[in-house]
Amino acid sequence: MADKVSNKSIFLNPLSKDNPVIVQILGICSVLAVTAKLEPAIVMGLSVIAVLAFSNVIISLIRNTIPTNIRIIVQLVVVAGLVVIVSQLLQAYAYDVSKQLSVFIGLIITNCILMGRLEAFAMGNKPWPSFLDGVGNGAGYAVILVIVGFFRELLGSGTLLGYQVVPQWCYDHGYVNNGLMILPPMALIVVACIIWVHRSINKDIE
Amino acid sequence: MENLNIFIRSIFVDNMIFAYFLGMCSFLAVSKNVKTAFGLGIAVMFMLVITLPINYLLETYVLRPGALAWLGPEYAEVDLSFLSLILFIAVIASMTQVVEMAVEKFSPSLYASLGIFLPLIAVNCAILGGSLFMQQRDFPGVWTAVCAGGGWGIGWLLAITAIAAIRERLAQYSNIPKPLQGVGITFIITALMGIAFMSFLGIKL
Repeated sequence: MADKVSNKSIFLNPLSKDNPVIVQILGICSVLAVTAKLEPAIVMGLSVIAVLAFSNVIISLIRNTIPTNIRIIVQLVVVAGLVVIVSQLLQAYAYDVSKQLSVFIGLIITNCILMGRLEAFAMGNKPWPSFLDGVGNGAGYAVILVIVGFFRELLGSGTLLGYQVVPQWCYDHGYVNNGLMILPPMALIVVACIIWVHRSINKDIE
Repeated sequence: MENLNIFIRSIFVDNMIFAYFLGMCSFLAVSKNVKTAFGLGIAVMFMLVITLPINYLLETYVLRPGALAWLGPEYAEVDLSFLSLILFIAVIASMTQVVEMAVEKFSPSLYASLGIFLPLIAVNCAILGGSLFMQQRDFPGVWTAVCAGGGWGIGWLLAITAIAAIRERLAQYSNIPKPLQGVGITFIITALMGIAFMSFLGIKL
């Protein structure tokens, strides 16, 4: 029973209390790069969940045989292999999105969340908790991506998932899209606002 | 002259942090005080200067379509560019391991203060990003790669040291809302500095 509770918290903690992006501050680069629109943000989030979950499981399975000195190389090779699989799958089944994302799918390899979780969790835990940890952290990352993407697309282009949301009469009366929201620095400010709200609610986070 | 131009542009115009926002994770986490930040900056710069030329040579003599022509005419058709991500990251990871061992041996205090971020240099997007930009831009020679690596490294060092200095002052003198303290305000400062650095766009020597 105690095991079950801890599994549950392994899965749920990263969603809010221990969120990889806004609490542990990992994987910021891609948050800035892919969130100008909502759709790539969602696909990116799902890809990271998949890669993170499976690389956690694989590393956890072979954790006792990896020599400490070359662990980074082993981890990177596993991650790079999985990223190649994901990018091939995307090209096969979601070609348009994969064209938008092409560079950033490759950059999943250098997403600090992956290395952080592999070093901090998968190297010292059994496969099943590692899987939950991977899914949980990936989901925590995806949630932030989607929130940032939502606000940037809504305010920057007046659309959501490519559909016009801000009605035409607003533009007729002088409403203008905020072009600044499309630029990367604004992603930082949106994330900062999320952190502000999140920490105001959870006062115990340092 | 061309190399000097690329060097200067890499520091200011193409600054890894303020123009591309690469290498943010360690940048945000290790910029609490100037000394540690400077140490990490030096490590990143070192890595960029080493890995960029190595990856450049790999790209020119192994990966590029037709790069294997020096092996003989029957290899002239071979295109290994799909391997570039994995090879680049392997070079970066092994160099990181070397640097990690060197730092542990020669400066244990720096090693302790950098903590998990030393192995994380391997996944510092700035370094892989540097190699990918190098591939994209078709540098004319290995010295250009060295200059660009040095420029990006110095730019990164400059950025992290500047932010660390600002954060040190902020922690002492300013009255920031409690939930925004620490990371939150750093995000906003970085964003503002990024907007400021946009004014360097278009500079040419």
